This record gives sequence, structure tokens and C-alpha cells, in this order.
Amino acid sequence: MTTTAPSSAAAQPATSSAPLLEVTDVQKWFPGRSKGLLSRTGNPVKAVDGVSFTVHEGETLGLVGESGCGKSTTGRVVSKLIEPTGGAIRFQGRDISGLSRRAMRPLRREVQMIFQDPYSSLNPRQTIGTIVGTPFRIQGQKPEGGVKKAVQGLMERVGLNPEHYNRYPHEFSGGQRQRIGIARALALRPKLIVCDEPVSALDVSVQAQVVNLLEDLQSEFGLAYVFIAHDLSVVRHISDRVAVMYLGKIMEITDRDSLYESPMHPYTHALLSAVPIPDPAVESRRERILLTGDLPSPSSPPSGCVFHTRCPKYRTELSDSQREHCRTTQPVLEEKRPGHQVYCHFPQVRTDLIDGQPGPVRTTGPKTA
Amino acid sequence: MSTAQPVTVRPPLSGEPFLSVEDLKVHFPTDDGLVKSVDGLTFSVRPGEIVGIVGESGSGKSVTAQAILGLHKGSRAQVSGHIWLGGRDLVAATENEMRQVRGDDVAMIFQDPLSSLHPFYSVGDQIAEAYRVHNKVSAKDARTRTVEMLEKVGIPNASSRYDDSPHQFSGGMRQRAMIAMALICKPRLLIADEPTTALDVTVQAQILELIKELRDELDSAVILITHDLGVVAETCDQVVVMYGGQCVEKGPVDQLFDQPEMPYTWGLLGSMPRMDRVRATRLLPIAGSPPSLINVPKGCVFNPRCRYSDRVEGRKCFTVHPALEPSTPEHEVRCHIPPAERQQILLTEIRPNL
Ligand SMILES: Nc1ncnc2c1ncn2[C@@H]1O[C@H](COP(=O)(O)OP(=O)(O)OP(=O)(O)O)[C@@H](O)[C@H]1O
Ligand SMILES: Nc1ncnc2c1ncn2[C@@H]1O[C@H](COP(=O)(O)OP(=O)(O)OP(=O)(O)O)[C@@H](O)[C@H]1O
Ligand code: SF4
Ligand SMILES: [Mg+2]
Ligand SMILES: [Mg+2]
Repeated sequence: MTTTAPSSAAAQPATSSAPLLEVTDVQKWFPGRSKGLLSRTGNPVKAVDGVSFTVHEGETLGLVGESGCGKSTTGRVVSKLIEPTGGAIRFQGRDISGLSRRAMRPLRREVQMIFQDPYSSLNPRQTIGTIVGTPFRIQGQKPEGGVKKAVQGLMERVGLNPEHYNRYPHEFSGGQRQRIGIARALALRPKLIVCDEPVSALDVSVQAQVVNLLEDLQSEFGLAYVFIAHDLSVVRHISDRVAVMYLGKIMEITDRDSLYESPMHPYTHALLSAVPIPDPAVESRRERILLTGDLPSPSSPPSGCVFHTRCPKYRTELSDSQREHCRTTQPVLEEKRPGHQVYCHFPQVRTDLIDGQPGPVRTTGPKTA
Repeated sequence: MSTAQPVTVRPPLSGEPFLSVEDLKVHFPTDDGLVKSVDGLTFSVRPGEIVGIVGESGSGKSVTAQAILGLHKGSRAQVSGHIWLGGRDLVAATENEMRQVRGDDVAMIFQDPLSSLHPFYSVGDQIAEAYRVHNKVSAKDARTRTVEMLEKVGIPNASSRYDDSPHQFSGGMRQRAMIAMALICKPRLLIADEPTTALDVTVQAQILELIKELRDELDSAVILITHDLGVVAETCDQVVVMYGGQCVEKGPVDQLFDQPEMPYTWGLLGSMPRMDRVRATRLLPIAGSPPSLINVPKGCVFNPRCRYSDRVEGRKCFTVHPALEPSTPEHEVRCHIPPAERQQILLTEIRPNL
């Protein structure tokens, strides 16, 4: 539209620039396991089933949802650790979903991943120097001044003592190990880092150190993050935009503050209502929407809206004909308010879920017309 | 609909505590020296009360729980002080007596569900067995009761999952099965050690609901160990904040969140992102690392990381161990800064950044 700088809604990426990463209708199906004695191959596990989103340079997209909804699989497909079953992944405008290993190699350095578990993701028999230096060797890169110097520089940057170059992972605490993983991911100066639950295993105080480090590195190097987590408080803190996943699909995606202050999908409502807030006065007036039952199996997802079997709105608020619609027709993820996409036939803004008081509905777009 | 919100805050409980821990010390002799994991801990839990224990990793929360259950008996651990449970001192009890206590009065939910489920037996049978040890009922009745309990903790199709072995359950389901096993015996004291840390928020909400139900139905006493202050705010009546094996602050949940007075508690609250706040600034981690439990800092255990020790005259923070002293009758704090000054710091320096 105009060239005015985007307002505080930094969440709305400047529409003029092309996204760094563009994921369109990506699927990842795993072969079904044969069941029981009458060994017949089961239905495929639709771990990720038609996911679309974009990430701009320097932006953080949060990815949340229950265990097993497909967050890690999405992250691994995006970092090309596994091949998608269908759909397109464009990186800097170029479709990389079909690229061969060879053709992928120069791009690999641009996208890195940090793993959840700081204990199992580092080889216990390698020194920190070897671990952090591996990406240089794989890529056949000779950094100026040698690998050792580069690695020690990285260690320093993430707050590790460079003298500990020859130490082994078990000699470090959880937070320090997570820093080792971060240093390794940074080695090749990537543009995008997929962070899969990078702070979930850490103590709050150490968690705060790592979150701050990720933010500093982002502003220093213009990094973009896909930040996977099940802690919705951390995600609110670090993300510009947030996508909520359920059973392999995105239920809702919008800028951070809209997602938390005026969420529209019944699943997001339930998730937010379930997060306890460290303030007893607020806690005592909040409504808690309990979801019943378990996540359905991703190899036989429900018909129509995949959430309808657990949807509180479906159960208690809709008429018979509306329910029929939920059971038979798949919603599509579409824009229901500016910049706010929702997968639901009957979306509704709620503003009372976090502090227990209906607040003014925030508008998502720039305030100046 | 503008009627006043129902007040869900429970009236303060009076009455005798069901569990009283007095000056508890648990020290482990190791090759490197004596590890003082718990060093003079005092707190109590009344029937119907949920007491939260919070503190960073390694502060002695699990070791405290293990001591209450008598799990250090027969090990090299040196346990002293008193653990009064319904009038008797568990520190002095024999292993045999403890076994009985563990079955009849006290149940525990462990952080790691696999450690307490046997891999070869069905989940249902293990729970039914636990039930029958303490209740004279037929196998059939025990099965019915078990299925009810599994349903209650949110296992779908509980009767058909009864015969599954633990590995056929997902991690979250195992955790719920273990909670069913702890609750089925209707314990008078339930100790839950990080019962929901591995679970996602929706399941966590269900489990916390169950624990509150147990408390409401049976007037059980509950100790909830967690590092999630949100969980504490939602569930607990009283809070014990632990640091370096000691209690540094304790009090009713509202006072603790509204008027925290110990610098470590300030640090804890400040380092946590809040979902109910529009993001303003960076998180504020507590500088430094946890204290050595072998060479415990002289004076206040928190002094190497405390930003306020220069407010205390005569370097007292580095020489004198502060006592846990009441700030209000219900609220106790271990810090040399005088109460009035602490409240001033809270108001002018801490609150604005929380
Ligand atoms: N290699 C695989 N083969 C078969 N199924 C798989 C495979 N990897 C993942 N899945 C299944 O795909 C679904 C999504 O898994 P994924 O690990 O992406 O979930 P997640 O959202 O990351 O969960 P969590 O929060 O527990 O890490 C799950 O049902 C999982 O069992
Ligand atoms: N058997 C033992 N021998 C020696 N030291 C021990 C033993 N058990 C525990 N410790 C030490 O005691 C301290 C307290 O441990 P504890 O397990 O109680 O911590 P915690 O507060 O539960 O931490 P977390 O939040 O990580 O579970 C730790 O430093 C631990 O290493
Ligand atoms: S006693 Fe001193 S060192 Fe300890 S918390 Fe208080 S001010 Fe800080
Ligand atoms: Mg995952
Ligand atoms: Mg513990």
C-alpha cells in the first residue's frame, strides 16, 4: 500500500518483501504400522496434513499445540531433514521441496535446527570443539583463521568459556548444553533456525538466559526463527506471529497479540484457558475450558473439521444443522479478520480467556488509516 | 450478566497439621564431601491444604519428598530433625513401619512414570492390585473401581485399555495411570513431584483438577512440587520457596505472589515470561549459578547471586546466616534486609519490572 513504516504491529510483515520461507499445503505422511497379528498395513500416519505459513527475514513464528500434533515433523520437513509427502517449500523464492541432496547442499547452511533435548542431541564422545566445528567440516568450509578460532568465537558469542573447547558434553549443565547446540546451529551463519522446544528442559532462570540469547542473536544476525514450544508463555514472549496446530493442521495463525488477546478458534480458546497464570487473583476469576478425551489418531482423523470430536463449542453451543456442517465439511484456513487466519466454520473472538475479564477487542491492523 | 464473580478462594484452614516437618536435614556423604541437599527445612501441611514447593533445579525438593516417604532409609544418607505424621515421627520409624505408612496414609506421584509401573503387567492389574492391598474387595470389584478411576483421569475407553501393558500407553497416559494408582487408595497425604511437567497444558489442567477434587472429597493434604509458578498460583494454598536446601520464604499463596519479600523469589518471578502481559522488556534471569551444596556459602545462601546485599550494613549477608522470620504472622522470610525496606524495594524496584 503505502511506504509508511509498519506500526507497532510488527507482526504484520511488510507485504512488499517476499517471505524468506513459504510453506504451502505441505504434507508429511508416515507409512502406517501393521496392526496386530493379522498383519495388514494400517492407514498412513498423517503427521502433517496440509500446512501453509510464511516466515519473513528476522521474524519469529511460534508453533504451538498438544503433544503429537505434528510440530516437530513440520520443523523437520522445513529444515529438509525429511522429505515432505506433498506440497511446496519455497526458500528465498525457490522451491526446495524436490531438490536432491546435492542441489540442497548449498542451501543447507541457510536453515539450521536446534533440538529439544540438550542431553541426547549432542554426541557424548565428541568434544565441544568437534561438535560445534562439524558444520564447517560437512560443508567443506575453511573459515578465516581456522576452524578452532571460529568455534571459539562462537562459543564466546553464546556465553561459553572458549577454554572449554576440549571438554565433553557431560561436563556441562543443561543450559550450557543448549548453548552448545545453539553455537553449532550458528556456525554457518544461517538465515533461519528451527528451534524445537529449545528451552523446555530448562529451569526458568536458565530458560530466561537462553531466550535472551536467542533474541540477541536474532537482532545481531537478522535471523528468522520457527520456535516450537508447548509453553504458551514463552511463545508469547518471543514470537512475532503464532500458529496453533492440531492433528497435523494449522487451526489459527496471526500476530502474537491478536492470538493471545482475541483468539478465534475454539481449540486456541481451550489451550489459552488451560495455561495457569502466576497470579492467584487473576487465576480465581478465569474460566477453564477442559478438553475431554485424547488427541484422535493421526492415521484416522475425524471427518469434516478434525477438531469436532473434542470441540467444546460443537458440544454445547451449536444447533443440529450446524453440527452436521462441522461433521461433514472440512473448514479451510482462511482470513476471518485482517491478518488473522482461522480454520473453523464458526469462529468467534474471545477476549476474556487470559485475565478473566472481557477486554476491548484489539484491532490487528495498523491503527492509522 | 454482571453478577459478581463467585469467590473461589478458600477460607484459611485452621486445625492441626497432618504433616509437620521440623528442622529436616538430609546430608549425603560423597567422595567430594558432604552434600547438604536439605539443610534445616521446616513446614507443615494441614488436612485439605495444598502446599506448593518451588525452587530451582537441585534445591532439594525431591530429596525432601523422598525423606517424607522414608526412601532414604537403608542408604548412606544422614537424616535428622522430625517428620511428624499424624502424631508419629517418621524420622525414627523403621523401614517396615514406613512401608505401612506408604500404603495407608501417603501416596506419591513420581516425576518419571516408568519408574513406578512394572513393564510386564497390565496397567489395570497393577492399579487394581494396589487397591486390593488396602481394601478387602473381590477382584471383580477392584477391576470395576480401577476402570472408574482410569476414566476419571481421562483415559479414553478405559475398560478396553485395562489390559494394555505400560508401553502401549503414551507418555501422558502413563502419567495419568500413575495418578490413578496414587488416588485410588484415597491417601490422606499425597505428594506429587512435578506431576505435570512432562504433559501439555490441556492434560495438565485435567490432572490439577483431579488433585483438587481429591482434596475436596477426602480432605487430603497435598504437597505439590513444581517449578511452574502458574501451577502454584492456580492450585496451592501455601507456598514454600526453596533455595540451596533451605526454605527462604513461605506463606499463603496470595501473599507470596502479591508481597514477595525475598530477593530469590523476586528473581524467580522476574525470570518468567507471562502469558497475560503484553511483551515489554527482556526477561531478567538470576545472575550466577546455583550454590554448591558441599561448600555452602557463609551467611545467606543466596548472597553470591543477590543484588541487594549491599543494602545490609556490616556485610552481614556474608557472615551471618539469616533466620526465617515472620514478616506478617503467616508469611516468613529469610533475609537480613528489614521488612519495611524489603517492601519498599518491592514497590519501587521490583514491581515495575514484573
Ligand atoms: N517416523 C515416524 N513414523 C511414524 N509416525 C511418526 C513418525 N514421526 C512422528 N510420527 C507421528 O506423527 C505425529 C506427530 O509427531 P510429532 O513428533 O511431529 O509431534 P509433536 O507435535 O512434535 O509432539 P511433541 O509435542 O510430543 O513433541 C505423532 O502421532 C507421531 O507419533
Ligand atoms: N543420593 C544422593 N547423593 C548425593 N547427592 C544427591 C543425592 N540425591 C540428590 N542429591 C543432590 O541433592 C541436591 C538436591 O536434589 P533434588 O533432587 O532434591 O533437587 P530438586 O530440587 O528436586 O531438583 P529438580 O527440580 O531438578 O528435580 C542435588 O544437588 C542433587 O545432586
Ligand atoms: S539476606 Fe542478603 S544476600 Fe540474602 S537475600 Fe537478603 S539481601 Fe540478599
Ligand atoms: Mg516434538
Ligand atoms: Mg526433583
